[in-house]
Amino acid sequence: MQEKNRSVDGELQARVQDLQARYAQCIDDALLDQWPDFFTEDGRYLLTTADNVARGLPLGMMYATSQRMLRDRIAALREVNVYEAQRYRHIISMPVVARDGDVVRAQTNFFVARIMHTGETMLFATGCYRDSISVANDGSLRFAEKIVILDSRQIDTLVAIPL
Amino acid sequence: MQDSARHWPAEGMVRVPYWVYSDRDLYAQEQTRIFQGPTWNFLCLDAELPTPNSYRRSSLGEMPVVVTRDKAGKVHAFENRCAHRGSLLCINDSGEAKNIVCVYHNWTYDLEGNLFGVAFRNGIGGKGGMADDVKPELHGPRKLRVEILGGLVFGTLSAETPPLEQFLGTEIVKHIKRVMRGPVKVLGGYNQMLPNNWKLYMENTKDSYHASLLHTFFTTFRLNRLSQRGGLVVNHSGGAHISYSLTADVAGKEYEQAGMRSAQEGFTLEAPEQLFKSVDEFGDGIGLQILAVFPNFVLQQIRNSLAVRRLVPKGQEQSELVWTVFGFESDDAEMIDMRLRQANLIGPAGFISMEDGAAGGWVQRAVNTAPDILSVVEMGGRGIESSESRVNEAAVRGIWTEYRRYMDL
Repeated sequence: MQEKNRSVDGELQARVQDLQARYAQCIDDALLDQWPDFFTEDGRYLLTTADNVARGLPLGMMYATSQRMLRDRIAALREVNVYEAQRYRHIISMPVVARDGDVVRAQTNFFVARIMHTGETMLFATGCYRDSISVANDGSLRFAEKIVILDSRQIDTLVAIPL
Repeated sequence: MQDSARHWPAEGMVRVPYWVYSDRDLYAQEQTRIFQGPTWNFLCLDAELPTPNSYRRSSLGEMPVVVTRDKAGKVHAFENRCAHRGSLLCINDSGEAKNIVCVYHNWTYDLEGNLFGVAFRNGIGGKGGMADDVKPELHGPRKLRVEILGGLVFGTLSAETPPLEQFLGTEIVKHIKRVMRGPVKVLGGYNQMLPNNWKLYMENTKDSYHASLLHTFFTTFRLNRLSQRGGLVVNHSGGAHISYSLTADVAGKEYEQAGMRSAQEGFTLEAPEQLFKSVDEFGDGIGLQILAVFPNFVLQQIRNSLAVRRLVPKGQEQSELVWTVFGFESDDAEMIDMRLRQANLIGPAGFISMEDGAAGGWVQRAVNTAPDILSVVEMGGRGIESSESRVNEAAVRGIWTEYRRYMDL
């Protein structure tokens, strides 16, 4: 996204940045019940690797095509799956924002540390969010699509909490 | 390891001493006796070498391996080590090449692993170079025997390993062919680092007893219950097994009556059809088949979610699981969509599989300080016979039978 192709005003830039910051905060504060609300009703979420993307392969580790599926993910995490207590801390970059018709596209880099209940802390993931953001009539922003692209194809132990 | 230091308990394969997961000397011996010994190791899918003159990296245990497809289409595998100074020959994961050229000093190999070019072998201008009687070819990378079964490429370093189908046995071959029913289309992959000794993961895949107890998701949605019809097939050697169950639902209340954590009757999904939609693509009603071959291979079918998993030891307390998820060239868009949705069940973030990434670590952390204490492996008797019941640890006993044979323990 080169400078000349951008027609994004400062206000939109600031609002996308705010959206990303709130998204990361929601996960880091473990308010996961609110996580699906960042998406449109038929929003897509794909957690994949740079390697899969580069090879044009569609597989994801997490894949959802609706808010309902995202809520199922969180419900399973809360009630069904077994994993040790842990949380994340996101550090996100300034998003690169562009308008594409009615859709706003944004790419935002992240570092995520994972903090285990034992205190063990590690750099768990680096990568970028490749997002399509839909602007509602009231001006609010939601993800129509969020593709989480991990730089490495190597995952430590498991991914319980979404990224 | 001193010979007198380690003795298998007198009870035999129904007991496993915890030192097997932490002994450094044993780990080094496993590399030579098992991975480089008379076993078939899964290397990659045939489909991952898509064209003539292509290669990809793999391994036999920790030993790095290059797998190639030559100009004529034949698959070869050899050690990824130059005859000269021992550098890796291939540093890229995969690619296309007519020859394999060592980047360090430009020594060149054909796709069978034969050294045919030594840079400046005769020196330059009559100076330097190597004497005529030096035979670097004698130090070349070790070559593997390769066999392909149903699109799965296996390799072995030992001349003593029986032919692949004989090594596996007829039932295992049949169930490999059942899943590998046509040309494969790779859908993607990822690697999962497991915080445990490689054998703990191998045991986990062999343990049909744990699946519906640890993995609540299985039980809650009746994807796999031990009360469902199915079976456990262990091959003649003990090293390979199949655990399977039929999709046909049973309304049994065994888990609920026993108060199992894994039976959460009240739990429902909002969008089950977006996750579970599936077809009986093999036409036999088997909704789940886990097939594992000691020491490094798992073939998984959970409904329409198909994957191969290749286990790589990374030191005695860590291993890497390389997942490749696939469908078939004949899949239509709807079929691929189903497979991608069901992929939520597997892998490091899988509704079902995520616990397996951690379970081995829970054992590892607990037993490191209990090397001389023994685990109890007596579910379903004391032998390695096949059974209709999956409340059974016969396949776990099977790999310890194999392990002791290779390790002379």
